[in-house]
Amino acid sequence: MSEDGHHTNYVKIWAILVGLLAISVIGPMAEIRWLTLVTAFGIACVKAYLVAVKFMHINEMPKFVTYIVTTTLVFMLLFFAAVAPDVMNDTGRNWEKPTWVAGTENDWVTSGMEHHDAAAGDHGEGHGDDHAAPHGGTH
Amino acid sequence: MRPIANTRSTSGMPTGLLAVWWVVGSEIVIFGGLLASYIMGRLTHDAWAIQSAHTNTWIGATNTLVLLTSSLTAVLAHQAAEAGDGKLAAKRLYMTVAGAMAFVVIKSLEWNMEISHGFTITASPFWSFYYTAAGIHALHVIGGAIIMIIVAHKAKQNLELHRVELIGIYWHFVDLVWIFLFPLLYIAK
Repeated sequence: MSEDGHHTNYVKIWAILVGLLAISVIGPMAEIRWLTLVTAFGIACVKAYLVAVKFMHINEMPKFVTYIVTTTLVFMLLFFAAVAPDVMNDTGRNWEKPTWVAGTENDWVTSGMEHHDAAAGDHGEGHGDDHAAPHGGTH
Repeated sequence: MRPIANTRSTSGMPTGLLAVWWVVGSEIVIFGGLLASYIMGRLTHDAWAIQSAHTNTWIGATNTLVLLTSSLTAVLAHQAAEAGDGKLAAKRLYMTVAGAMAFVVIKSLEWNMEISHGFTITASPFWSFYYTAAGIHALHVIGGAIIMIIVAHKAKQNLELHRVELIGIYWHFVDLVWIFLFPLLYIAK
């Protein structure tokens, strides 16, 4: 921690972080896609920056730390760029993505039904949307 | 004579500090790979978004608040250690441990609720990612809390005060990971 670090008002930084958290929860309630993206992920980036700089003091560390963190972030992006073209497709040369990956095989999961209701549906007159009353959701 | 950790000539920083940043670097790859995989699945399959609607935003937000507050007490512990006040540093580290315990208890209650509704790790790929990402993160919280108790025990005797900063950096990183997990798993629905 540098000399400046001793004078940082950490409680104030924490209060800003809590304020940002509140915005990130309230923003998506408007159900506007771009606002959700900005308030959820944009604010997450701001919060991450504040924690990294004000709490971890990453900007006061020797250059070597920047090299370590940057290298690992670049590797993460390389991983994404390398596999996304395949993973984000349903088919490719000599392969086809299994249907379970889409997560639509269990109707009760997609619709929010409780598991035992789905099991009952298997023995009864059908399942899926017929039983899709939103009573089984966790919340 | 006990060996004393000294500054590495190449990196120009104390050995312990260098080590903890290497840990953070390797953790970025672990969590980064996991979250990148989740994002790919999430962007490709609409059903994942429907399933994520069953996570509880308020519980996630409460846990975010708990972790942010524990980060505050961790950095205040570091500040106390810098001032040479080991007892105050230990007290603040114990407060951070209390935050870690609160996080784990809330997470356990949340999982209990979700599992009782049938949303288990095998229910769908979304829930597999949910439990894997949050589970690995929770293990980091538990591990960090255990190390923090050990560091606080020494700090109380005014020993090894430099370790307060090291565990603090790790703890802030655990907080950072949650800052990204929260919108990915709880907000974007």
